[in-house]
Amino acid sequence: MDTTQITDTPPPAAQPTATEQKRAARGATRPGDRIFLGLSRGSGIFLLVIMAAIAVFLTYRASLAISKDHGNFLTTFEWNTNLQEPVFGIAVLAFGTIVSSIVAMAIAVPIAVAIALFLTHYAPRRLSGPIAYVIDLLAAVPSIVYGLWGALVLVPHMNGLFGWLDDYLGWTGIFSWQGGAPRSMLTVGILLAIMILPIITNVSREVFRQTPRMNEEAALALGATRWEVIRMAVIPFGRSGVISASMLGLGRALGETMAVATVLSPTFDIQASLLDPGGGTFAQNIASKFGEATEFGRDALIASGLVLFVITLLVNGAARAIIARRAEYSGANA
Amino acid sequence: MSTATVSTLKGARLPKWSPYAIAGGSVGLAIAIGLGAGLDSRVQWGLIAAILFVVGTYGIAARVEGKRQAKDRIATSLVWVAFLLAVIPLVSLVWVTVARGVKVLDVYFLTHSMGVVADTEPGGGIYHAIIGSLEQVGLATLIAAPVGVLTAIYLVEYGRGKLSKAITFFVDVMTGIPSIVAGLFILSLMLQFEMQPFGFAGSLALAILMMPVVVRSTEEMLKLVPNELREASLALGVPKWRTILKVVLPTSIGGITTGIMLAVARIAGETAPVLLLVFGNPFINTNPFEGAQASLPLYIYQQYANSAGSGAAYDRAWAASLTLIAFVMILNLVARGIARWKAPKTGR
Amino acid sequence: MAKRIDVSGLTAYYGSHKAIEDISMTVEPRSVTAFIGPSGCGKSTFLRTLNRMHEVTPGGRVEGKVMLDDEDLYGTGIDPVSVRREVGMVFQRPNPFPTMSIFDNVAAGLRLNGSYKKSELADVVEKSLKGANLWNEVKDRLNKPGSGLSGGQQQRLCIARAIAVEPKVLLMDEPCSALDPISTLAIEDLIGELKERFTIVIVTHNMQQAARVSDRTAFFNLAAVGQPGKLIEIDETERIFSNPSVQATEDYISGRFG
Repeated sequence: MDTTQITDTPPPAAQPTATEQKRAARGATRPGDRIFLGLSRGSGIFLLVIMAAIAVFLTYRASLAISKDHGNFLTTFEWNTNLQEPVFGIAVLAFGTIVSSIVAMAIAVPIAVAIALFLTHYAPRRLSGPIAYVIDLLAAVPSIVYGLWGALVLVPHMNGLFGWLDDYLGWTGIFSWQGGAPRSMLTVGILLAIMILPIITNVSREVFRQTPRMNEEAALALGATRWEVIRMAVIPFGRSGVISASMLGLGRALGETMAVATVLSPTFDIQASLLDPGGGTFAQNIASKFGEATEFGRDALIASGLVLFVITLLVNGAARAIIARRAEYSGANA
Repeated sequence: MSTATVSTLKGARLPKWSPYAIAGGSVGLAIAIGLGAGLDSRVQWGLIAAILFVVGTYGIAARVEGKRQAKDRIATSLVWVAFLLAVIPLVSLVWVTVARGVKVLDVYFLTHSMGVVADTEPGGGIYHAIIGSLEQVGLATLIAAPVGVLTAIYLVEYGRGKLSKAITFFVDVMTGIPSIVAGLFILSLMLQFEMQPFGFAGSLALAILMMPVVVRSTEEMLKLVPNELREASLALGVPKWRTILKVVLPTSIGGITTGIMLAVARIAGETAPVLLLVFGNPFINTNPFEGAQASLPLYIYQQYANSAGSGAAYDRAWAASLTLIAFVMILNLVARGIARWKAPKTGR
Repeated sequence: MAKRIDVSGLTAYYGSHKAIEDISMTVEPRSVTAFIGPSGCGKSTFLRTLNRMHEVTPGGRVEGKVMLDDEDLYGTGIDPVSVRREVGMVFQRPNPFPTMSIFDNVAAGLRLNGSYKKSELADVVEKSLKGANLWNEVKDRLNKPGSGLSGGQQQRLCIARAIAVEPKVLLMDEPCSALDPISTLAIEDLIGELKERFTIVIVTHNMQQAARVSDRTAFFNLAAVGQPGKLIEIDETERIFSNPSVQATEDYISGRFG
């Protein structure tokens, strides 16, 4: 009690000397130190300024467009910015972005977790190192290459799967197919899943690898099988890490542009079927509509980009919060 | 619980070869079903085989070894199946890119532009796109690398208090910005000041994407430098800025270089901002500060999108993809090589 | 219930490195056997061969025989998972599952076999915690995480977890080395009680501890760093500490090396 009080409120006379000492310790009195500190702090501030500028300019240009929108920006199912009375809304884009990301996550997360477990607990040691390295490299393949592959290789291969899904699950409505080219939300979701697989796998693998050896041994010593060890010690420990890895993947899937733009044949409507071509995502819509857009049209696209920006911020913020909570939690155990 | 049997240690175990036998059996059965039902897609055959394998393993193991062992086996087989399932598209991606890319990839392709070639016709090359990419990525790196490294130095060496917390937070936020949003930001500036597309605008957007990556990786590297080194230098009366320049940075320069190279590799493949800001140009434009330019990823997209299904354009797109992947992979490999080579010198 | 361990000609490797060589000994049921010796002499490695935990380490393999009553742990058809159920283990550092409550930690081993009613489970948990002298301290917070306990309590929680599955043998790998003297005393008292029910093998660095808790003591040593560890002698604890038959043992015990 006493000590905290002393450190909290030092005697007034000591204050100036304390700050002077601090300044002296920082060495800010030397010109070299001053310049160097100024440069590095300036760079940091520059980053903050950029972030602020992004928020300000996107909001400003977006407001220019939205104020002249003759539809409802949130609920209109149209994107006609070249009209005398422009009408545009993000409902279709929000729907498509969320659906394609959900499909991608539903496919990628279980497979990525399985591969991460494979690499840390199942694969022969000599194999797991090189495989992890290759997966690391695959995370660096540019998205446009995934897009080209998706459009020219994956799409033709989807016909069989689509027909099969339509035959057996078509009655659900979600998997009905009218036989159009399989450039649909499901294909987009599968391609996005393939793209985010490496990053989710890598982060999950790191997390699983950090499972305390002693917890795994505790489970083993109780007579647990390999799977039971994973369930008792590895997955509980890695759960929050896997969640944040998935969020990172989700952030990528939400903002992915080129892979969606190359594979999807977009329409501006919402449909129940994942198999019939159509729909759109924020990023894809910007890339596809940009070429023919007037200045006003570009502002409207910026407005939709602002929404995408906010969504990805929320997703990433959630991921950070989970990571932070995990750090506290493991600190309590140390 | 286990008093009934003579041995409590022996469990009935399937022989070692059983997984292979079950795998073989499922593949055989899948082929039979595939032929019988007239399924023509190999992918379906594979899926049927995988399902048969997992179900078969569980059934047989549950009968012979008991439920716990069966669960263990099913987990093992699911994990293997997941791995093999994921390998297929990734291998296909690399294989197709290489196989189709080498068709037209030659010296002519690397040294000619698309200036006089229609997108639907054979011929032409990616010279203009390579120049555009190098200039845009180079300029972006010139901006992002110093800012990123200095910011990291501030965070690690000076940063305490609110400012550094704010910077750390917003660097995290920036890491998650979709590339198209970075492009839209620069676009909004260009609309504001009524500018036409040019290469440097793309560089600015790429720099925004690159900076947080450089900050993060440099921060990690600086944190690895042991405090004893800094204190030893400070104790000799060396001023702090010289300590950072002469002791801290040289110790971590390998890792910092790796981080920057990986960041370069990442932005070199970005298409969306370049599409919005640089626009693309079939002619050679060596001036990044005026007029539309090309870039490799943008070239791939435009060859695909503007060619109305022309085989020649697809060939060029694959060849450009191969070039881009080769560039990115070489950067990655060299960067990782540097990291490995420089890594264990922590000064102790 | 407790079983006898009979080891003959046991050699253990880490990859190509031979960690212990040609060890033979008998561990009597319902007794405490202590392993002592300098660091790196392989006593922990040897302990881990007794429930097939050694082979969990990459490159770990074993030659020789370990008979648990009349069954060879390394015989053909033996399931290491079942071995570890029969031969429980307590580790150097307390390692409760951090995400599980106190109750779930104790029940963890039981739940693996799945066929327990809730009330049955609660009974076994209570019995095990009582057996580990922990019940009175934790009975009001069974649903709190095990990681919230003190180090000594955590170690007793781990002991409760190990005895909940009613093993025949309990292996302890320096169970008190991370604990303060009072917690150490509590564990030592507990070992004295547990030997009524289990065969106990304990590795310890603390010779007073070996003298206090064990009935028999085995001394391990190695010729030089990099050489495999060997069993020098095993005898009644009293004899080892008063009148050992090998000079090296006496040197070690009297503090002349190690």
